[in-house]
Amino acid sequence: MKRQQLQRAAVTAASSVLAVFVALLISAVILLITGKDPVKAFTTLFGAAGDTRVIQGSLNRATPLMISAAAVAIGFKMNLFNIGVEGQMRVALLATAVVGAAVDLPAPLHIALCLVVAMASGAAWSGIAGWLKVKRGVNEVISTIMLNFIALSLVAWAFDDFFRVESPNESVLVKTKELPKSAWFPDLVDRRLNGMLLVAIAVLILFWVIVWKTRFGFRLRASGGNPGAARVTGVHPQRMILISMLLSGALAGLVGMRALLGDVHAYQNNLAEQQGFNGIAVALLGRNHPLGIFFSAILFGFLGEASGKLQLEDIPKEIATIMSGIIVLAVVIINEAVKRWDDRRIQRKAATELEKVAA
Amino acid sequence: MSTTTEAGALAVELSGITKTFPGVIANKDVDLRVRSGTIHAIVGENGAGKATLMKTLYGMHLPDEGTIRVDGREVTFRSPTDAIAVGIGMVNQHFKLADNLTVLENVILGNEPVGARGRLRLDDARRDIRALMESLSVDFDLDAPVASLGVGQRQRVEILKVLYRGARILILDEPTAVLVPQEVEELFATLKRLVSEGRTVIFISHKLDEVLTYCNEITVIRQGMTVAHTTPHDVDRRGLAELMVGSDLPNPAGRTSHVGTTPVLEVHDVAVAGASAGAKLALEAISFTVHDGEVVGIAGVEGNGQFELCEAILGLVPMVSGTVHIAGRDLTLAETRERITSGLSYIPFDRHREGLLLDAPLWENTMLGREDEPELSSGPFISRRHAEAESRRIIERFGVRTPSEQVPAFALSGGNQQKLVVGREMSTAPKILLAAHPTRGVDVGAQAAIWDELRSARDAGLGVLLISADLEELIGLSDRILVMFDGRITAELDPGRATPEILGTHMTGEVQGVAK
Repeated sequence: MKRQQLQRAAVTAASSVLAVFVALLISAVILLITGKDPVKAFTTLFGAAGDTRVIQGSLNRATPLMISAAAVAIGFKMNLFNIGVEGQMRVALLATAVVGAAVDLPAPLHIALCLVVAMASGAAWSGIAGWLKVKRGVNEVISTIMLNFIALSLVAWAFDDFFRVESPNESVLVKTKELPKSAWFPDLVDRRLNGMLLVAIAVLILFWVIVWKTRFGFRLRASGGNPGAARVTGVHPQRMILISMLLSGALAGLVGMRALLGDVHAYQNNLAEQQGFNGIAVALLGRNHPLGIFFSAILFGFLGEASGKLQLEDIPKEIATIMSGIIVLAVVIINEAVKRWDDRRIQRKAATELEKVAA
Repeated sequence: MSTTTEAGALAVELSGITKTFPGVIANKDVDLRVRSGTIHAIVGENGAGKATLMKTLYGMHLPDEGTIRVDGREVTFRSPTDAIAVGIGMVNQHFKLADNLTVLENVILGNEPVGARGRLRLDDARRDIRALMESLSVDFDLDAPVASLGVGQRQRVEILKVLYRGARILILDEPTAVLVPQEVEELFATLKRLVSEGRTVIFISHKLDEVLTYCNEITVIRQGMTVAHTTPHDVDRRGLAELMVGSDLPNPAGRTSHVGTTPVLEVHDVAVAGASAGAKLALEAISFTVHDGEVVGIAGVEGNGQFELCEAILGLVPMVSGTVHIAGRDLTLAETRERITSGLSYIPFDRHREGLLLDAPLWENTMLGREDEPELSSGPFISRRHAEAESRRIIERFGVRTPSEQVPAFALSGGNQQKLVVGREMSTAPKILLAAHPTRGVDVGAQAAIWDELRSARDAGLGVLLISADLEELIGLSDRILVMFDGRITAELDPGRATPEILGTHMTGEVQGVAK
């Protein structure tokens, strides 16, 4: 009975794996063209997987990706494309750095406060896009892109004019006032793997429970799947848009917290840069499903971490970046092709099963 | 019904056209002979297969069997481009014009006169279009944006566009559905001029009066088959209506009334604003009551306020005035979900747009709108086990043909999808059911099954507001029939005495008033 669902999940997973292999193949061709040995490149790259330090580093890099992919995916579930995770993350970073440094609380409370501030400020920023869409019909893709630019400039200006401190004994890097120790998120492996990984996993589990197991999640998926059908059952499409935009922004606020609370402990320019954008790719490869996101985030984290090894072999480490890009393209194309094939397969199967019953 | 002798040359000849879609036979062995220089009407109920036939003729799909001849030569259309090449043009019911472009730009769009080095030769186009306009005796400002034109004018632009592409055979798909009576006359004046110049018009409609007044020949389609070929001289309104719905109109006599005395739906003086600011009201002064065990039918040509009426009862559009009581409670200001939990159920007009989550499994579809029911949820969570059991029950009870409840809804045939929607809406123990075209586009077997379910639920005290374009369905099921025209209720009829003819005259707004 549940077999059909398992089959569908298997087909979905297989198409993502296929996409990764296609990407490897294309990367190999690129390496060949540039005169490098693809076998050596891949053995170096994937040989790194056995290294404990590389694994720890990969998980550490995967942490923000899991959260930002979840932020993107919750929008996708409602047919909303939140490209603004980067900007929402940036606003949350500065807000949290400032608020976190201004108070002194016992450790667990202090961390909790920081996370709440991050989520609230991220949600406030994404809420603007949600409000514009609901009230004025502004496409969220456009508004979130624009809000990214605004966030970037706004945060840079606020940081520069109000919050930066130049400590005489520190390096040339300018930062905000450092967070007190009580706001530091503890490491799982000292300086190698931060505990925010557990928060990221909790976010994915919560995401799964809320979207697939609760009545709210059902309404969210119904609105995303067919707004017209949800509407006549009394689900307000506008309200769902606003809620999912706020949820997406709240998660976006958490994306930078590994870097802020677990690593640098102060805001600086370039902190956690690109981690919001990279979540889009991870969500695509993970097919907006928590389990898929979990593995995709680790893959992308690994590619980033292991690419350093390539340089030792005189292979440009950018090949890992190129590979990530090709993976995303391959995913988009292959997923669509596989979905069409699978839809037809299901339709045919239902038809033949019915004929068997009739015969 | 005499078969007209084919004296004139045949512009279009379709023979033995059969077209099936998964689970549905849309056209079966259809023959159509259209003489050149005539307005030829194709009439039939909604879902009779008119649109499928015209798509075949316009090259939008290949027929499974049968041949198409145009001007005596056999042709095969792989795409509309092939059809356009031999001089066939289609004017859609829903205009395909770019609002922000001018009339001239719209007419040449897709067929631009291109000179050397890709330059547009607008002056040539202007001259050609002016000549066309003169021959049709219509007048336009060619440089006005289409957005500034009225509906009737836009339709004329569509016709110009088709003619500009060199069409000699025009297909018009229910062209009068969007027009007011005056515009209808103008349209037919234009069409008359077209045929007088030797062009041919194929006119799809279910408005019998227009067909009888303006057309030269008529082909009637019922349940995917051609049932008659006649002319306005040989048939009257009643005869045509009977051909359309089948002469075996169900005999409503002998039914026992189950109408109770408790009102389950009271609509009083409801008005709803039109689509755009300043437009006339979409609904005006609507008042009626549905009692328990009563089926109140709403007859009317589509687009005369039926959709807005459902939306108003569901609380999906703001009302300008009026009150709505459901199961005795004043729910005028209540949200949709509260109305539903108070006993309102809704079979929507279009199951794909408003009834189903096509990509979701059937068990999720049976939970749609019911996820708050205590039996299907526990706390904030949905109870999948119970939802699956409920889904299996509906599949069993309503004869939905599916391998299991885990199959996504898109894998089902249209009739089975509809049975699932009907099953879901009747399983919430509703007191009042809004049923909009409950059997549209389903096969005869599923239709009978859905009718049986509606009847037995009515016998058990369900009140039904039945909106249908199927006159047989309306007469056979309703205890009373209200006719809607132009956003108002214009007549109340007794189905025991109503005939399709009487219904038709009321539906077209010809007669307004109570005819008991």
